[in-house]
Amino acid sequence: MSEAGHHKDYEGAKLGMWLFLFTELLLFGGLFILYGVYLNRYPEAFKAGGDKLNVFFGGGNTVVLLTSSLSVAVGISALQKGNKKLCLGMLWVTIGSALLFLVNKFFEWSAKISHGIYPGSAHLKEMIPGESVFFGLYYITTGLHGIHVLLGAGILTWVATLVRSDKVHQGDFVTLENAGLYWHLVDLVWIFIFPLYYLIL
Amino acid sequence: MSEHGQGHIINYSTLVTVWLALLVLTATTVAVSRLDLGALNIWAALGIACCKMSLVVAFFMHMKYENRLFQWFLFIALVTLTIFIGLTFFDVLYR
Repeated sequence: MSEAGHHKDYEGAKLGMWLFLFTELLLFGGLFILYGVYLNRYPEAFKAGGDKLNVFFGGGNTVVLLTSSLSVAVGISALQKGNKKLCLGMLWVTIGSALLFLVNKFFEWSAKISHGIYPGSAHLKEMIPGESVFFGLYYITTGLHGIHVLLGAGILTWVATLVRSDKVHQGDFVTLENAGLYWHLVDLVWIFIFPLYYLIL
Repeated sequence: MSEHGQGHIINYSTLVTVWLALLVLTATTVAVSRLDLGALNIWAALGIACCKMSLVVAFFMHMKYENRLFQWFLFIALVTLTIFIGLTFFDVLYR
């Protein structure tokens, strides 16, 4: 049943992760509520702001994250079936996707910043009130999300080393599953960020 | 708690099918955003995003196959968020 002196509660461990994810839901939920209130107050300004965002960067990153969710889910099924090699391969694909997302984000933000659109810039102060709010929310929300992507990449890398050294394996993989759950949350948040910020036209 | 052999395994083809559905929904949401539906645009976008969320939660995050307790917990968390959003707008919309 359990290894000597190390009983793990599979359901409990997973439930704990879900509870943490609910706090993340409320965290990002709060930022989306701010968005909703200000969209309601400044509809035209939000459209003007959305127009300045690049739907190819946004859409591209959406596809990257959706694919990374697929790869981590396949990785978990693989380990459950005893296919350690496929699991590791899928984890590297997921981590690679995370880094690709961050590289895209770097180029996207660089372009914005070079046009003078960043928190505290003079250009932002000159914008109509609603549009500066839009960009403030954009940076905070995508920034916080980006930190989560980076953390997720780190966590997945750590879990990959655990899988490689067989500390996480077919008989005990809840750590991998929990890392996957965290990663899916990152994908979920972006599923809402994309239409709200990039497709408000 | 019980240790019934750590659970159900989702097969690869199901996962790929879900991924394809998500890509189709993404294309749909972009296409719909190009139409001028006025106030309906944001609701369409949110609706499609909720569909995508349901797929990710049910399949990628395995919720469809989890203990009923997990599903209730998620439901309560979403209801909480909805109340949070709803009451905020009760205030903001009627100022």
